[in-house]
Amino acid sequence: MTVLRTLLASLAILVAGIAVLAFSTDGFRAYTTETARRIDVRTHPRPVPPLVLQAADGTRTSFAALRGRWLLVDFIYTRCTTYCSVQGGEFANLQRWLAGPIAAGKVTLVSVSFDPRDEPAQLAGYQRRFGDSGTGWVAVRAVASADRAVLMRVFGVTAVADGLGGFVHNAAINVVNPDGKLVAILDWDDPRAAARYITRRLTP
Amino acid sequence: MTLQMLVQIPLLGVAGWLLAQGTPARLRRVLAAWNHRGVSGLVLASLTGLVWMLPRAMDAAVDVPLVTLAKFLSVPLLLGAAIALSWPRMGFVVRGVFLVELIATCFRMGWLYLVSPVRLCSNYLLDDQQRLGKYLVGIGGAVVLILAWKLMWGRIDTGRTERKDPPIGPR
Repeated sequence: MTVLRTLLASLAILVAGIAVLAFSTDGFRAYTTETARRIDVRTHPRPVPPLVLQAADGTRTSFAALRGRWLLVDFIYTRCTTYCSVQGGEFANLQRWLAGPIAAGKVTLVSVSFDPRDEPAQLAGYQRRFGDSGTGWVAVRAVASADRAVLMRVFGVTAVADGLGGFVHNAAINVVNPDGKLVAILDWDDPRAAARYITRRLTP
Repeated sequence: MTLQMLVQIPLLGVAGWLLAQGTPARLRRVLAAWNHRGVSGLVLASLTGLVWMLPRAMDAAVDVPLVTLAKFLSVPLLLGAAIALSWPRMGFVVRGVFLVELIATCFRMGWLYLVSPVRLCSNYLLDDQQRLGKYLVGIGGAVVLILAWKLMWGRIDTGRTERKDPPIGPR
C-alpha cells in the first residue's frame, strides 16, 4: 500500500514539477532572463512610455515625439571602454546603411544613456567619437532619474556595476515600431540583422 | 551568483533540514505512508533543486520579490526538509543514484558556467559566473573523493540485511 501511495505521490510531484518548470521557462524555451525578455517582447509588444528625453544638443524630445517611424534603440553609457563601446560604431554604421529610410523620415536611431553621469556634453562627445554623420541618430538621456528606471524596466535592461566605474549590461538593439511599441530585441553584435529587419518591414 | 548558489541556497536547505528535525510524530507517520524508501521526497527535492538551478530563476529571485519569497519558502520546505525526512529511509541504491546525480549535476553546471562566453544571469558578472563554475567542479570532485574513500574504507550499508525503516514516533 505504501509503495502504491509513494508511486502516486511521486507521479503527482513529477507532474507538478514539470508544470512549474514549463511555466518558469515559457514552455522550455527560455532558460535565461535575456531569452525570456526577447520572447515576451515578440509575443506581447510593449508600449514605450512617452517620457521626456534630453538630446545631445540639450533640446528636449520624447518617445511620443518620435512616433510614426521605426526606432532602433540601444542602451549605452558614454564612459564604456570595453565591448559596449562597439555599440557606438555599430549605430554609426546603421546610420550609413539606413541613410535612405532615415532621409525619408521612416527610421531614427536612438542611443539611450542609463548612466546618471552622462550629460548632453558627454552624449555629444559619444556621437562625435563614433562618427555620427549628422542626421537620424540621437543620443538621449532621461531627465528624471525615475524615468531612467522606468525606461530600463520597460526595455528589460539590467546594468550591473563592474567595480571599475563602469557597467556590464545586457546590450541589444531594440526595435520600436511606428505605433511606439517595443516589438523585437535583436543581438547587439549583429547590426546587419537589425538593418535587414527594418528594410524588410519598409519594403512593401 | 556564487553567493546565491553556493551559500544562500545551501543554507536555506540546511534551515529546512533543521526544521524537519522537529516534525511532530503524527505528521512524520502520515508522510512516511506516502514516502516509501524516501522516493517521493527525493523526487520533490530534485525537482525543487532543478527549478532553482535555472539562470532565469536565479535572476528572478533577485529582481522579483514574489519569486524571492517562493525561493525562501520552497528551498527549506521542499528541498531541505524533504531530504531530511527521506534520507534515513533511502536504501543503498536510491542513495547511490542521488549522489551520482549530484556529482553529475555539479560537473555539468560547473562546466557550463566555466565555458559559457555569455552571462547567463543578467544580474551577475561573468567572472562571478566562472568562479561559480570552478567551485561547482571542485565540489563535484570533492564528493567523488569522499564517496571513493567511503567505498574503500568506510562502513557501507549495502541494504543486504533486511532494511527496516527507522522507528516512527517517540522512542
